[in-house]
Amino acid sequence: MIGSGYLTMILFLPAAGAVLIAFVLSNREQVIRWTAAIFTFVPLALSVILFALFDRSPEAAGLIQFEEEVLWIAPINAYYHLGVDGLSLPLMALTAFLGFLVVLISWKINLRVREYFAWLLLLETSILGVFLSLDLLLFFIMWEIEVIPMYFLITIWGAGRKEYSAIKYVVYTLFGSAFMLAGILSLYFTTGSLSMLEIGNQGLGLVQSIMPAAAIFFLLLIGFAIKLPVFPFHTWLPDAHTDAPTAVSVMLAGVLIKMGGYGMIRLCVTMFPTVAQQYAVILVILAIIGVLYGAAVTMRQTDFKRLIAYSSISHMGYVLLGIFALGRVSLVGAALQMVSHGLVTGLLFAMVGLVMHNTHERDLRKFGGLARQIPVITVVFSIAGLASLGLPTTSGFAAEFLVFIGSYSSTTVPWIQGYTILGVLGVVVTAGYILWMLQRVFYGPPLEQYDGTADADVLEKAYMFALVAVIMLVGIYPAVITDVLKLGIAPVIGLLGG
Amino acid sequence: MIPHQMVWLIFLLPLFSFVIIAFVVRPLVRPESRIAGYITIAAIGGSLALSIWALFSVMAAPHHEIPVPDITWVVIEDGVTIHLGLIMDSLTAVMLIVVTVVSLMVQIYSQGYMHGDPGYHRYYAFMSLFTMSMLGLVLADNLVFMFVFWEMVGLCSYFLIGFWFHKPSAADAAKKAFIVTRLGDFGFLAGILLLYLNTGTFDIHELHELAITGVLAGTVLTWAAIGIFAGAVGKSAQFPLHVWLPDAMEGPTPVSALIHAATMVAAGVFLVARMFPLFQHSTEALTTVAIIGGITAIFAASMGLVMNDIKRVLAYSTISQLGYMMLGLGTGGVAIGIFHLFNHAFFKALLFLGAGSVNHATGTFDMRLMGGLRKYMPWTYVTFVIASLSIAGIWPLSGFWSKDEVVISAFASQPVLFYLAMITVFMTAFYMFRAVFMTFGGEYRGGAPDAHGHGGQESHHGQPHESPRVMTIPLIILAVLSIFSGLWNVTGHFGAFMGHGETHGFLEGLFHPFTLSLPWISLILAGLGILLAYAMYSKFWISAERVGGMFKPLHTLFYRKYWFDELYENIIVKNALFRGLFGGFEQFDNKAVDGAVNGVANGVIASGRAIRYAQTGQLQLYGLFMGIGILAIIFVIYFFG
Repeated sequence: MIGSGYLTMILFLPAAGAVLIAFVLSNREQVIRWTAAIFTFVPLALSVILFALFDRSPEAAGLIQFEEEVLWIAPINAYYHLGVDGLSLPLMALTAFLGFLVVLISWKINLRVREYFAWLLLLETSILGVFLSLDLLLFFIMWEIEVIPMYFLITIWGAGRKEYSAIKYVVYTLFGSAFMLAGILSLYFTTGSLSMLEIGNQGLGLVQSIMPAAAIFFLLLIGFAIKLPVFPFHTWLPDAHTDAPTAVSVMLAGVLIKMGGYGMIRLCVTMFPTVAQQYAVILVILAIIGVLYGAAVTMRQTDFKRLIAYSSISHMGYVLLGIFALGRVSLVGAALQMVSHGLVTGLLFAMVGLVMHNTHERDLRKFGGLARQIPVITVVFSIAGLASLGLPTTSGFAAEFLVFIGSYSSTTVPWIQGYTILGVLGVVVTAGYILWMLQRVFYGPPLEQYDGTADADVLEKAYMFALVAVIMLVGIYPAVITDVLKLGIAPVIGLLGG
Repeated sequence: MIPHQMVWLIFLLPLFSFVIIAFVVRPLVRPESRIAGYITIAAIGGSLALSIWALFSVMAAPHHEIPVPDITWVVIEDGVTIHLGLIMDSLTAVMLIVVTVVSLMVQIYSQGYMHGDPGYHRYYAFMSLFTMSMLGLVLADNLVFMFVFWEMVGLCSYFLIGFWFHKPSAADAAKKAFIVTRLGDFGFLAGILLLYLNTGTFDIHELHELAITGVLAGTVLTWAAIGIFAGAVGKSAQFPLHVWLPDAMEGPTPVSALIHAATMVAAGVFLVARMFPLFQHSTEALTTVAIIGGITAIFAASMGLVMNDIKRVLAYSTISQLGYMMLGLGTGGVAIGIFHLFNHAFFKALLFLGAGSVNHATGTFDMRLMGGLRKYMPWTYVTFVIASLSIAGIWPLSGFWSKDEVVISAFASQPVLFYLAMITVFMTAFYMFRAVFMTFGGEYRGGAPDAHGHGGQESHHGQPHESPRVMTIPLIILAVLSIFSGLWNVTGHFGAFMGHGETHGFLEGLFHPFTLSLPWISLILAGLGILLAYAMYSKFWISAERVGGMFKPLHTLFYRKYWFDELYENIIVKNALFRGLFGGFEQFDNKAVDGAVNGVANGVIASGRAIRYAQTGQLQLYGLFMGIGILAIIFVIYFFG
């Protein structure tokens, strides 16, 4: 079969780069940066190739492609088992894409460069691992590894109350993963298997469970809900984002929180379809609260980065809505929203970081009139903002629209039409805070203290235009991604009996 | 017969022009160059030529419709497919003419008006995109595709209203326009969702079919139609979402001309016309359209009576005329509403371009600082008067014909609204000629006190003088259209083309109104309005101050715009939502949600501190506690076991 070994290369090249940077190479900054760039670019190139080679025919629905399986720990039946389907492939490609771009975004970091890039690359491997693993043990290990680089990246290279935010992130995540581990162990003792595929295909109904399926469902869900984040488990996110360095915010908003949505579809919904149907209404309500409440609180923010962070909570509400509306279109929409939000909010955080770096200011009340001084950043920021508020021709519209039509026409949850309409209302508030933010920062009379502020340089233009191009591509022709996603969603729908 | 590739080209040409200006001209060509304007004019001129070709093809085609093959956009499963396709029927053909003619005139005019503005290239880039979006909107054959262009029209007007973004008022106006119209878009989107849920299609033809055959009916149809109408209320600035349009004059004046005549606000009326079979089969929805239209017409006209800014007078007149169009759609049908849109586009574009020409000469929009301009700017004066006569509904100018049809159809089905419409006829004539006399009559009152107080290009040049020919020629062309465009339906051919009505001879039609009483009444009312304006603002027989003083409460009510801005901005948005609800959520988030998280953490630390004292390390103590524990267990087993 083609591509055997490719996934391992994608997965471990960044980690290999991290090891090389940390222990082998001389401590010359330029060498380290280039090494990091190469060791993230190759996985990106490979991901693009796999994306192109991926079998999109209708017969491939639900098939795992580029699969690799090696027995790892025989006594507990654990395998080193990698593979992608239509759901994980776009997320893997997104991670590789942002993983490369954050190296470019970090080019100007000059504090403890060697450590920084080592942690950053390790972070990429761990996130890729979550999306690629088909074995629950491997999945859990990757899920846990991610916390360590995040902790160091925030405490050392962060700003503000960075120690507080970092430890809050770690403790909150571990709190969630404790429940998740309990859930995974229960699964293992119930089925004797750690293979996501086996458990997913056979279903739990056939085996006498040691505890109610709903309990396992919720144990797993808590970990994912914290990560996504779902109201009321979201308060770690604004703190972590506000104090993290730019590149880490990009990874965090771009792909890290998507692990939550991915986990919900891959484990909770796939393994417990009936439980998911039973409790979907609760999660849909939480999703709508997240959308509206998140947007309302976003409106109140005065810190540039914190505003974008809160907007993520609102946007992730659409992911949760799409997932637990449990319809074919809504699930595709939710998955597309994950990819789209990764691109759009990744770009927004990159741009916020750039503005903050160049102006040495982060209080929205002190900005104004920057459009004259930094025109290129203004244009790109505006595009990112418009994508965030779901303007047609950007990926944000395609994703939100699919979530809306999918959820509205779903038949699983009672009163789903009402909830969806409330969710649509969030779009108006989003327009409000995005346009107000653009106005506060870029419009109005130019301010003297920002004269001579640097606009984007060549490197910065390169990564921002790359992101804009992909956002527009997905917005204008969403089939690029939905054709793949629908193959991943098809078996889930089969399990839901739709 | 026009080939379908050419139909696609109608809206792709301005898109190419946008792409070329944005990605080639703007980075590479120096800002003084006029090349961006030429590219835009060429592209829109091309679209106009193709639109004319399309119009004649549609006229010749059976059922006045040409099929155009579509492209697949996204497929989720067999049932859920979204196509990109175009409609080429009589409604589209007429709208294409309106959009391309007005846009072309505005682009030519802008060559003079925007010359020397540092944002010249940006201006033409967005003008191209704006025109493209509106053309796409009228061509779209399904609701998703339509919604895409609908939003892009809104986006372009956001950028063009906020064109001089360094002015806080412009940035505010742009934001207001986008958010208020988005409130309506929420209804539109909800309507689309409801239709999709019940029919499984976004295709406009199929939806028409389902509504006509009665498959789509009852409350679903009513609510879907009302949702769609909510979108139209936002875009077409109908009550109660009218507040954005008067502020939208912060953009360059040619932009206002385009927004008020052919794009943006026309989109709402077009949307209702496009979905008309749905409205037609729901009495409630159709009545809603008529009532909102009728109320808006008189409500906006009342505010137009007292404004001193010429563009504000025109803005309220647009809202009022859009109300007429809605009233026409709600009581008479597509042909009547769209015919008024068609005529209004030419005279309203002319009025705005005239106002821009006046501003070019005087540096202000405040009519109290103008006066006497007929001597200095004869072309602007003559064309402006023609447009004013047309909008006032004077026979045989275009406004007479379409307004007359609206009034007659209102009389037939909604008598109350008919009376409102008649009062509005009087008000319209009054405020338009009030503007004419204040601007062009009497003696010149000196223009803007501070010549450079305005942003961008809008500064004056001392003594007022006529605008350059590149600006007056579009005025003249539009004036000719304002005189003659109404004659299309004198013979009933416009109505027949749009699908109903009979045709008759030209002369018969031309004098037919004088055989009826209604046209006489409206002509007399309009004449009285003009006469009153003449008495108050030209001859000063009646003192405007005294009249204002006599009706002080009314005057204040109109002048303060019924306090709608205060209600929306201060009471609802700033206090109830931002300070109240959202502020409360923020406090809740910080204190309660995050407080709980930190509380749990602190609780763990505190309990750790407390329990720490149990770990004394003394074996005797541990032994004692163990003994107590064993006794307790025995005790429990003995009594409860």
